[in-house]
Amino acid sequence: MNNYHLAAEQITKKFGRRLIFSDLNFQFQKNGIYGITGINGSGKSTLIKIIAGIISPSSGKVIHQFKNEIIDSTNLHNNIGFVAPYLIMYEEFSAWENLKHISKIRGIKFNTELFNSLMDDFLLLDRKDDLIKTYSSGMKQRFKFIFALMHTPKILLLDEPTSNLDDAGKESVYKIIKREGQDKIVIIASNEKSDLDLCNTKLELQDFKL
Amino acid sequence: MKPFALFKKDYHSELRTRYAINSLAMFIIVALSVILFSIGNEKVPQNLTGGLLWVVIFFSAMSGLSRAFVSEEDRGTTLLLQLIAKPSTIFNGKLLFNLILVFLMNIVITLLYSALFEEFIIRNIILFLSTFFLANIGLAVASTIIAAIISKAGAKGTLYPVLSFPILLPLILISVMLTSYSMLGTSFDQALVEIMVLVCYDIIMLTASYMLFDFIWKD
Repeated sequence: MNNYHLAAEQITKKFGRRLIFSDLNFQFQKNGIYGITGINGSGKSTLIKIIAGIISPSSGKVIHQFKNEIIDSTNLHNNIGFVAPYLIMYEEFSAWENLKHISKIRGIKFNTELFNSLMDDFLLLDRKDDLIKTYSSGMKQRFKFIFALMHTPKILLLDEPTSNLDDAGKESVYKIIKREGQDKIVIIASNEKSDLDLCNTKLELQDFKL
Repeated sequence: MKPFALFKKDYHSELRTRYAINSLAMFIIVALSVILFSIGNEKVPQNLTGGLLWVVIFFSAMSGLSRAFVSEEDRGTTLLLQLIAKPSTIFNGKLLFNLILVFLMNIVITLLYSALFEEFIIRNIILFLSTFFLANIGLAVASTIIAAIISKAGAKGTLYPVLSFPILLPLILISVMLTSYSMLGTSFDQALVEIMVLVCYDIIMLTASYMLFDFIWKD
């Protein structure tokens, strides 16, 4: 049992005068894989960013709780694992250097064993000392999963998790998502049928547009 | 320790990319050369050399200090930073990087300047060092928060000096005045009011920056 509780209360997001979605309410309490779907421009990525605390909603609030205690928005970053195509790692560093720096900035000990095991799971172990700028787009996408899992987060937020991935990459990602979904809340924002097939519950965003 | 870890990341990144150091070094050389060529064999009044020193420092700061946040925005790594650290950690880490960069940059400028301009003679070293120390802190704090503000804007290059000018003007004016005092050999006690103005400027900029940064950083 993860003891994590995510709740959204009356969330509305507008960019200028353009309404993205309004009065969104949901609760994710049990461990499992949850899907957010909707047509292009329906606000899937916006909602994922709001859940991650990267952007603020125009009104309403997102509440993250662990063991019945509300997690302060400034401490949210160490509880969240985030993967998205628009997330860019430091290209001038190798995979190892990236995650070593990131662990120190987070204030956690760098776990070499976990790093090697994740690099192996995502078929990148032999490239761990290569600069990220030499990776292909699919390898960069797989590396983002390692970044998201290195600090053993309590909730995983995945925006289009399989973009740029080939079949072998997708398989390795699906295997990890299923494994993580057993002991934490995993939220996938996607329109890919194969991604959404993993989800136990789906949230359709076009239902929340006035 | 977390801000120091961010500083170390920026330091290693800078060693690989030379994002700020190259432009700063080039700017310092070009600015000093232009001043030297424009003066030629003319004798420059002593009080003017103090002013020219701060002109070089101001424009060098404009060319290099915005990089702290602009480089993250340009490379698209701002989101990554938002996902790994608190806003206060990020501000402290970037401020530490800018502080060290400002001190190194201004030490190089001042040494080169005193070697190239024989009229630049400091008679009250303690007063000059106090001015130098306090002005560098103010310059680093102001530059860091301005860099955070303009990093989200489209025309970063032009916006940075435009926004910096009114914010840094009191700092530059007081620093020019205090440098002139230290060249004239004015005692520290006589310049205490101006020194206190610099201390107040630093405190106000630091407080305002910590209060503002959370809002700037989030959206």
